[in-house]
Amino acid sequence: MLNQGRCTYVPALPRRSSTIDDLKIQLETILAALFDKQIHCKSRRDTASVMAAGGGVAVGTLLLIEEDKYGLYSNLLFKYFLAEGIVCGHDLFVASAKEHPDNILKELPAPLLDDTYRKELGDEAEVVNSEDFQDSMKIAWRYQNLPKIEASPTTYTKFGHYYDLSKKMPPELCQSVKWHSFYLHEESSFEPKMKAWNMNSGYARLLQSLQRIISQEGFDGSDPQKKQRNVLRIGIQSLGSVLWGDDVCCSDPPEDPHSLTKFLYVLRGLLRKSLSACIITVPSHLIQNKAIMERVTNLSDMVVGLESFIGSERETNPLYKDYHGLVHVHQIPRLNSLICDVSDTKDLAFRLKRKLFTIETSLFADAWLLLSPNQRILGL
Amino acid sequence: MRPGTSRGSEQLNPGTAAAPRSLLQRIVGSIQAHELLGASPERPDAGKFTLLRDTRTDGSFLVHHFLSFYLRAGCKVCFVALLQSFSHYSIVAQKLGVNLAAAKEQGQLVFLEGLKSCLDLLFGEEEQPGQPSPLQFLSGSSGELRALFDFVRVSLTPCAQASWKGPVLLVDDLSVLLSLGAAPVAVLDFIHYCRVSVCCQLQGNIVVLVHSSEDSEDEENELVVNSLCHHSDLILWAEGLATGFCKDVHGQIKIIKRLSLRQAAEQDQVQIYQYKIQDRNVTFFARGLSAAVL
Repeated sequence: MLNQGRCTYVPALPRRSSTIDDLKIQLETILAALFDKQIHCKSRRDTASVMAAGGGVAVGTLLLIEEDKYGLYSNLLFKYFLAEGIVCGHDLFVASAKEHPDNILKELPAPLLDDTYRKELGDEAEVVNSEDFQDSMKIAWRYQNLPKIEASPTTYTKFGHYYDLSKKMPPELCQSVKWHSFYLHEESSFEPKMKAWNMNSGYARLLQSLQRIISQEGFDGSDPQKKQRNVLRIGIQSLGSVLWGDDVCCSDPPEDPHSLTKFLYVLRGLLRKSLSACIITVPSHLIQNKAIMERVTNLSDMVVGLESFIGSERETNPLYKDYHGLVHVHQIPRLNSLICDVSDTKDLAFRLKRKLFTIETSLFADAWLLLSPNQRILGL
Repeated sequence: MRPGTSRGSEQLNPGTAAAPRSLLQRIVGSIQAHELLGASPERPDAGKFTLLRDTRTDGSFLVHHFLSFYLRAGCKVCFVALLQSFSHYSIVAQKLGVNLAAAKEQGQLVFLEGLKSCLDLLFGEEEQPGQPSPLQFLSGSSGELRALFDFVRVSLTPCAQASWKGPVLLVDDLSVLLSLGAAPVAVLDFIHYCRVSVCCQLQGNIVVLVHSSEDSEDEENELVVNSLCHHSDLILWAEGLATGFCKDVHGQIKIIKRLSLRQAAEQDQVQIYQYKIQDRNVTFFARGLSAAVL
């Protein structure tokens, strides 16, 4: 997913802004643009080429995001996925045990639908790209001649949309799509049949609700009368956290180590047989039992981990001064093809630079490793 | 398991001037997967247990290879596909020249789609008493895989009319059963029963895919994998390159022929190749002799 030329450009901040609120206001979604590519994938055969072009979440698959420590960026990606769904007219299914889905939907960023604004972004991007890249290569000069893993922003103007975090999505736009919510603490107790599932009751209720929506609304193709087939975007927030009734984040070994993996397996079955795409955020940094995370990774199609520099030593490290976090790609989907979409590099960092939010190869991470310990301390 | 020597290994020392002609021919050309294994579609093996193992990479290309290989050879195949849908395998098989839907219709292929079966079990109506779901262990207290074994046995029992060659059981992948709550002992018991039934009684073959890794913390999985390694006739171990991703070489495959299993004094034979996966086939070559380098 995150390969050759993965950059979208956004209205920016002055340089060196580091307050969290500023970041929130200015951060726009590169991944919303990516997520939107799924609706252009008419047949499964196209999946490989769409993914190779850097497209987002294929229909029928699951994107799992390992939350960063404070859940900032993962929460933003979650909201962008939903916002993109509204702008594209997809149905939404939002599940959470933390925030009420009504509140989540009120907090979605407003889209920028003005074409001229987009063009302005494109010009700005080209200017900044050339001048800044030159002076930043002082330390890792050997990397200067490597091909850049960036694309011009104009390639993304056809797909996806841009958002302004400082404004909320207008309520009339939110109401223009059909959406379903699942807030764990408001759901009724589960049916007796689910007792035999041997699964955490919160997960079981969520699966039951999801299956009901998919079959009632015809996303699984069960209603031949429905000609207009729409996509269902499913967003599940902080799965595995204590609020779901699962102790996988606070005990090792947990009381029921198989609930989460069983949930993911059944969810996979539901996704594969319906026109839906799902994003899940998981607070994996809290899960002590690494075996469970390995199994969770194997059961997901795409797994991306976010690591923000907030509060870590890298925040003040001069080598990382232009970056705000790292993106770790742990798993990529292997669908309908012998080959998988392998990118040239899996070391990616995201950063905020004036008006741009970019995800690039973290060449500086590699350069940092080449330095001797003394050089690293001195920040040379 | 004793590490094998390099007897019979197909590695060409770049320093030697005169390499054997047949070896050079094979290295320069792409090697077919079944040539490496010494089998051909006309003459598939019998009674063998093959373990497919992957570390730091995805070994499912081997599953696709074996599926199309055995179907082309005319064997009856029972495919326990736990992780992907039927259409996924069907699309890849078409690229490899095999039509899964037709094979299923003719009765040559019995396909258990784990995802669909699981949904039917959990969301479907009450099942008929005579036909328990193969994934019965998901609901209910017993973690035994008896129902799954019964499904395999019934699928591969030869029937009077059809005249397929030896039966084959293919599993993709076994590690998922552990994620679904089956105990490691139950998984090993299932494999043991399948071996007795398929390999010994029916003289068929079994091919199983597992994931593993040296620094894995999944002890249950490592237990299952190590145990299966001890009982396999052939191990195909696909590993990602230790140096990281490379566009022309997707990984390395270790072929371990467990001769020590059948004969006490024999040593295992280990061969190492590198491979590159393309859209319609996989090419193997000796280490360091990828086409991009030559």
